[in-house]
Amino acid sequence: MDYATLLQVLDATLRLATPLMLACIAGLYSERAGIFDIGLEGKMLAAAMCAGAVAALTGSAWLGLLAGVGGSLIFALIHGVTSITFRGNQLISGVALNFLAAGLTVLMAQSLFGQGGRTPPLNGEARFQPITLPFAETLQSVPVIGPFYEEVISGHSVLVYAAFAVVGLTWFVLYRTRFGLRLRAVGENPAAVDTAGISVKGLRYGAVLITGVLCGLAGAYMATALQAGFGKDMTAGRGYIALAALIFAKWRPVAAMWTCLLFGFFQALANRPDVVEAVVQFKVPVPFLTALPYILTVLALAGFVGRAIPPRAGGEPYVKER
Amino acid sequence: METSAYAIELKGISKAFGPVQANRDINIAVPRGTIHGIIGENGAGKSTLMSILYGFYRADSGQILINGTPTAIPDSQSAIRAGIGMVFQHFKLVQNFTVLENVVLGAEDGPMLNTSLAKARKSLTDLSREYELDVDPDALIEDLSVGHQQRVEILKALYRQADILILDEPTGVLTPAEADHLFRILKGLKAQGKTIILITHKLREIMETTDNVSVMRRGTMVGTVKTAESSPEELAELMVGRKVLLAVDKAPAQPGDVVLSVQDLRVRDEAGVERLKGVSLEIRAGEILGIAGVAGNGQSELMEALGGMIRASGNVTLKGSPLPLQGPECNGQSRREAGVAHVPEDRHHHGLILDFTAWENVAFGYFNDPKYQKNALLMDNAALRADTARKMETFDVRPPIPGLAAKNFSGGNQQKIVVAREFEQDPDLLLVGQPTRGVDIGAIEFIHKQLIALRDAGKAVLLVSVELDEILSLSDRIAVMFDGQIMGTRERAATDEKELGLMMAGITGKGEAA
Amino acid sequence: MERLPRWADVALVPLVSLTLAFTIAALIILAIGQDPWEAITVMVQGTVMDAYGWGYTLYYATSFMFTGLAVCVAFHAAMFNIGGEGQALLGGLGVALVCLFIPWPHWSLALLAATLSAAAFGAIWAAIPAYLQAKRGSHIVITTIMFNYIAASLLQYLLVNTLKPVGQSDPASANFPDATHLPALNDIPLVNLFFTKPVPANITLFIALGMAVAVWVLLWHTRLGYQIRAFGKSEPAARYAGINPTRIIMIVMILSGALAGMMAVNNVMGEAERLLGNSASGAGFIGIAVALMGRNHPLGVVLAALLFGFLFQGGAELGLWTKIPIEMRIVVQGLVILFTGALDVMVRMLLGRIFAAFRARAEGAA
Repeated sequence: MDYATLLQVLDATLRLATPLMLACIAGLYSERAGIFDIGLEGKMLAAAMCAGAVAALTGSAWLGLLAGVGGSLIFALIHGVTSITFRGNQLISGVALNFLAAGLTVLMAQSLFGQGGRTPPLNGEARFQPITLPFAETLQSVPVIGPFYEEVISGHSVLVYAAFAVVGLTWFVLYRTRFGLRLRAVGENPAAVDTAGISVKGLRYGAVLITGVLCGLAGAYMATALQAGFGKDMTAGRGYIALAALIFAKWRPVAAMWTCLLFGFFQALANRPDVVEAVVQFKVPVPFLTALPYILTVLALAGFVGRAIPPRAGGEPYVKER
Repeated sequence: METSAYAIELKGISKAFGPVQANRDINIAVPRGTIHGIIGENGAGKSTLMSILYGFYRADSGQILINGTPTAIPDSQSAIRAGIGMVFQHFKLVQNFTVLENVVLGAEDGPMLNTSLAKARKSLTDLSREYELDVDPDALIEDLSVGHQQRVEILKALYRQADILILDEPTGVLTPAEADHLFRILKGLKAQGKTIILITHKLREIMETTDNVSVMRRGTMVGTVKTAESSPEELAELMVGRKVLLAVDKAPAQPGDVVLSVQDLRVRDEAGVERLKGVSLEIRAGEILGIAGVAGNGQSELMEALGGMIRASGNVTLKGSPLPLQGPECNGQSRREAGVAHVPEDRHHHGLILDFTAWENVAFGYFNDPKYQKNALLMDNAALRADTARKMETFDVRPPIPGLAAKNFSGGNQQKIVVAREFEQDPDLLLVGQPTRGVDIGAIEFIHKQLIALRDAGKAVLLVSVELDEILSLSDRIAVMFDGQIMGTRERAATDEKELGLMMAGITGKGEAA
Repeated sequence: MERLPRWADVALVPLVSLTLAFTIAALIILAIGQDPWEAITVMVQGTVMDAYGWGYTLYYATSFMFTGLAVCVAFHAAMFNIGGEGQALLGGLGVALVCLFIPWPHWSLALLAATLSAAAFGAIWAAIPAYLQAKRGSHIVITTIMFNYIAASLLQYLLVNTLKPVGQSDPASANFPDATHLPALNDIPLVNLFFTKPVPANITLFIALGMAVAVWVLLWHTRLGYQIRAFGKSEPAARYAGINPTRIIMIVMILSGALAGMMAVNNVMGEAERLLGNSASGAGFIGIAVALMGRNHPLGVVLAALLFGFLFQGGAELGLWTKIPIEMRIVVQGLVILFTGALDVMVRMLLGRIFAAFRARAEGAA
């Protein structure tokens, strides 16, 4: 594989890893607070539809983004109400919301645009455009680093850079702020938080809503940056890959970023089987690359790749003991 | 402001959980700068009362005065503001946080963590020095011993500038050395003018550390006395109350051959703490060995190890053949096949499946019994129902409806279902834990009679109960457990409540012939 | 919380949940500018008003019975098997291998072998997550989700690289030989008096019903079922009774996987007669809704499967004859799972308050 091809693959990796990263960090907030969320997929889908629709109607990608976040937040709120207020089964709630999103998005897109459940193709301002970073042109002539900067680092939409910023910010929030300390505590031992005089429900709702916002960004990116519009089931399991990445990264933000980049890299390779074959000298089946994130996650869960221990209070509604 | 001599006054506190009245019209006054003990049996309502004071539960009625000022404590935050700190029996610590993070949680100094942590680190150093509370601020809780975890809980309270410190059964999880250290700390705190409330059911601790002691029984406050003017005997009497000793007609035991022989039985819990520290005992056919002791001194572990529920080490033989204590052969099924029946201490978590019907519960543990099978494939539910109906009649279970879910029976009738199931298995050895806990008088009498009948039929019975009266009226021999060991064994006729009470408190009896 | 009478618990709670779900579905139809009454008319017309509609409704219901039973069996041991989809895919592989590579003299033998093979493949796919749960504590929900995707990839690979006949473009196996053709309901004597036109519902329906009976017998009339239910209700109590947790988890998940796998007999062998990439088409997930709706009782599962068969076929009719997209059926599934599963407590609280109010009034009057 020559350098140019490598850069192409890495460029695609970044684009494909972005929605994973946003969704993964989204899930991190919720699960760190002790609320399991297998509904990342649904929230992304809802956001993608809302973003695609509003961007198509207003011609503004930014308004689309706002709508995407709004759509995702509604789903997050329902999940919060079922699992925090009504102490329902968080897994079942997630499954239900994924179904709801899969159906409702097509229904609404169809009723708004009548184009078979997709939103109209977006162009111009309705889509997030690539940003050329400073000096990308001038540095191009510098060997190795120049093309890397120009091809891989520069030339992405603002949401790609936002995703990395979110990772950094999340690390800071989680480990350097009061909110982060409380968030981590409530997912491990809500009774400790409760006896310290802090509202368990308040913290958990906060976390679930942040999950909603970030899934909103992930979905909006899918519809208004990675692709030009919403299409039926366009997230194609990315919510579950993000979940897998979260587990693989043992619920830590920076590790989550690397995992998502790795899983994004697999996706990029799955699009370029020719490259893989050239490198390893034999034909690697594309489905194997597609399945790799899941296989790795199962291995991690089984403790073969370092033990993945979820937050201790995860999945359990908090009830004061008698 | 400090007009009152009392740090805390509770007036007319009542609290019910559904039909259970946990606290009834409680009054108590705790003078400032003293160590005040609250003593009572399990379920007497001590923890509930203190949880109300800490704002964890809300009282149904009553008033709380802090330093003479009526104070509403609707939540823990208000309690903390009022200067109250609490060390729960089950620590409220985040296991994978450092000591420092746990101390800071909920008492942060602004939205950024660094400033809070730096400030806490400094005061932690000061507090540690002042009160012999040294712990490494950067250690993870999960790496600390139980004793050190408790110090973190105390530090948490002190960091929040608590003037009143409540400790709920603080020594239940501590070794004697750790407990001694804790009491030194508490005396240090008292010397600094702090008020301390110590909840316990251990008489010895009360006598050694407290200035005053309040006794609770069945949700009510029985009385408050100055510790120096009281005695363990008096407190024990107040605690248990003078119940009518249930007279049980029984002939002298006719002990036969040794049925159960236990040598050096040891059990470690999941945290690696040794809960049973080398117990040895023997039971003969046709006798009841009663195990007396304050709850939590290893009785549960003894029962569960003998019942095959937990792993143990040592040597146990039943009629001469060894019972497995380890590995897959050590389970409830193999025990039942060997001839061990088991009325567990906790019928809700172990003895019954509350969602199952009465007849399903009658097969619980005995689902492999040939008499409940129609053929190789199917169970004979009809036979099981008929057997249940018969058992319900024999044991007077009300209502006598085999198809009713276990959760819909009263506590006494639930227990009768368990007892009927286990007593009728014709076992060689019967393990019986708290057979009459939460059971009404009539049922108690009935169960006691059945136990004696089993003894007279030549069964070996191991009876564990926290009710000393029950032990006294049923047992032929009595062993007292304290801190995972047997303090001593007495013939029933050769001992009395007073001697056993002192042994239960771990005061005398140690090292005597078992 | 107010304790509900048994009849309310068994019948009223699901009924109220279902009513809530359908009410919201109707509001959604209104919101997209369509007529809910028209929708329900079209659905009823296309599903239960003639034999042809029944032929489809029963065909889908058959699949949902299998996956619903699969989820139901696992639920009784407190295991949430969310991997029915993957297990059904693998079951399809099992069916295809048996049908394609063994020359069968008669469909009945092929049916027997295909059923066993489908069950075995589904069981293996469930056994791995079960082992990881029992021995390594890996959360079964997450592993079964992962196994759904791994199954999809595996099938895609096999279809493209090994099972696809030379010269065919779409990723599917060759057509199964005629000898493996299963009798549809219109081929079965007596039954064909009603089903006069060719319908997809086939003899597998009777296997599904048989399995429902078998599951009922297993759970409530055998020692194993007794232990499964006891373990699911209370693990500490199971320990007291000497029930081996590892054994129960393994057995229950193997049974669950086998049931999910057997679904493939219906759609792969009975209908498509070749193996396609997404043969399970969501039935694995619908099994969750079916089990929840059916209160984890085989009879309830059969009824709920019929309801979902009706929704599935009715949804298709909506897509054909109205402006409401076929995806409406996914929305309804989601709503049913939400209300019968996740918001169970809410419905009970609601009913509890109502019952308490009635009781208070009755006492006031007395």
